[in-house]
Amino acid sequence: MRYGDQRVGEYKLTTEHKMRARIRALTDGAATGLAVLSTLLVVAPLVAIFVYLVYKGASSLSWAFFTKNPAPVGEAGGGMANAILGSGILLGVGSLIGVPVGISGGIFLAEFGRGTKLANAVRFTADVLNGVPSIVMGIAVYSLIVVPQRHFSAFSGGVALGIMMIPTVCRTTEEMLLMVPHAVREAALALGVPNWRSVLSITVKTASPGIITGAMLAFARVAGETAPLIFTAFGSPNWSVALNEPIAALPLQIYVYAISPYDEWHRLAWAGALVLIVLIVLAVSLVRYVTSRGVLKGAS
Amino acid sequence: MIANVPEIRISQAQPQPELGSPEGPRPADPALAEVSAVRSFLLSRGNSAIADRGFQWLMVLCALSIFGIVVLIAVELVLRSQLAWSKFGFGFFFSAFIDPATRLPMYWDPVNGHFSALPFLYGTLVSSFLALLMAVPLAIGVAVFLTEMCPRVLRGPLAFLTELLAAIPSVIYGLWAVFVLVPLLREHVNPLLIRLLGWTSLFNDDNPTGLGFLAAGVILAIMILPIISSLTREVMTAVPHSQREAVLALGATRWEMIRMGVLRNARIGIVGAVILGLGRALGETMAVTMVIGNSPEIHRSMLANGSSMASVIANEFAEASSDLHTSALMELGLALFVVTIIVNALARVLVWAVTRGAPAQVH
Repeated sequence: MRYGDQRVGEYKLTTEHKMRARIRALTDGAATGLAVLSTLLVVAPLVAIFVYLVYKGASSLSWAFFTKNPAPVGEAGGGMANAILGSGILLGVGSLIGVPVGISGGIFLAEFGRGTKLANAVRFTADVLNGVPSIVMGIAVYSLIVVPQRHFSAFSGGVALGIMMIPTVCRTTEEMLLMVPHAVREAALALGVPNWRSVLSITVKTASPGIITGAMLAFARVAGETAPLIFTAFGSPNWSVALNEPIAALPLQIYVYAISPYDEWHRLAWAGALVLIVLIVLAVSLVRYVTSRGVLKGAS
Repeated sequence: MIANVPEIRISQAQPQPELGSPEGPRPADPALAEVSAVRSFLLSRGNSAIADRGFQWLMVLCALSIFGIVVLIAVELVLRSQLAWSKFGFGFFFSAFIDPATRLPMYWDPVNGHFSALPFLYGTLVSSFLALLMAVPLAIGVAVFLTEMCPRVLRGPLAFLTELLAAIPSVIYGLWAVFVLVPLLREHVNPLLIRLLGWTSLFNDDNPTGLGFLAAGVILAIMILPIISSLTREVMTAVPHSQREAVLALGATRWEMIRMGVLRNARIGIVGAVILGLGRALGETMAVTMVIGNSPEIHRSMLANGSSMASVIANEFAEASSDLHTSALMELGLALFVVTIIVNALARVLVWAVTRGAPAQVH
């Protein structure tokens, strides 16, 4: 059908149309501006925290910080050597509990329980457990271990941290295992490898960079936890490696020093915070680097 | 209960007879001879069915331990809070003891054994609400910027920065808040608020320290922001591209596309993300303890000292004066546990409802 050069239903831009177009463009611009502004507002405190940490912490860091135990009130000097060691011990105990149990749980979710009701329930519970406040973990472990033992101990602190690691490790392990192609499993089984062996040396091994990533994320998360340690590890001014005695921890020491009225202790708190954050940021960046290089190098 | 993985059964449950038997004399065929060598080697190592069973049960056991932990926490908290529960009942959460001399309510009086959770419920709710009020618009703004507007070059680093915000320990937030945020509020923000909004009686100058609900709310907002924004981002990425294209094809501007095509589709998930952030805020302990002021009182002013459920546990548990005191703190912990479980379960259900079809990713 031809209309020749006669236009059908000529469309006229009235002033009303122009106004509306302008309003829409303005709204669009305003929304973009607000989004940019909020991003800046979010990045600002992060930068502020880091600048302050480095500025305050670096000036207080010294060799003594890493080699000396806390000095009594009023005495200059002193460090957090015992707290750094204590954090290491607590995290070691925590990882010994949290990582194997978490990885095994993840293996169940991805390899044996896929699609079953039990697996869904476990997954859901893990996610919910992840959101339980750390202070609640603290008092639960207190009444579970500290009360029967009648004293605070490094062991109970490690248990609290370990319990907190389980859900994170479990869920990341599951997600990593789900990314392993089926062909890899089938190839192993077709060779007559027993199932347990195929899971451990083929599937888990293929996904191991991702699983390690998950474990390190969980590690970084609990490394800064203070609340569950207040009533379990309790803190100690002495050099201690015994598992059944109270032990110092870096975050705990930072907390105690931060709320104290002494300038010298504030200084040490900043230095401790800097050390802690550097450790955590290193772990997270490493994780980020590994994941960005492709989680499953062996599989593809 | 436990699923049997189909591919596995084939290779193990069927031993010798099938292979080779229809094929006539075996040694004639070199390939088959090799197969049987592999097979006999495997058989010589014994039946793996027991090992397999054992392995599977070990994994199930570890998975079940997650239920075990939740049950154990619940049982311990219930048992240890029996004393307070039998003494105060539900009144623990609603009523306060009125001091006969001054006619003022006494909420938390360890010396005389009067305990009521009211000021802590109030403190937790107010500080969390303030945090959500500040964090939600910002988090959605960041998520919108990162998913829809940001140049590709900036996306990775900015996402990493917001994730880093989530990795900072709460005690360091607290340290920063005590030495930077609180003085800032005290010197500059609070006087301004009092001058501009003093008439609402939400801001008055009774408390010159700078600590209080507002300080707790601000630091909580900074802490829950990355959680809300990363989940919102995840939910928004799960919205199919065809939705965006369809709205754009109708001549929408970019903001209209985001509003109608993305946010509208993702709203349930965003609500889930916000609730998850709320769950974090309710249970956050260290940073709040360091800046909320720690007094068991109820004030209308946002600048007054207060106390939250988590902060009172952190402050008083180690030096509780009596069994009743410990028990009352345990009951607060139990309440916190139950509330955060409900809040988290709700949030997970909402987020799952949206991202169910999307591929799994690590946060």
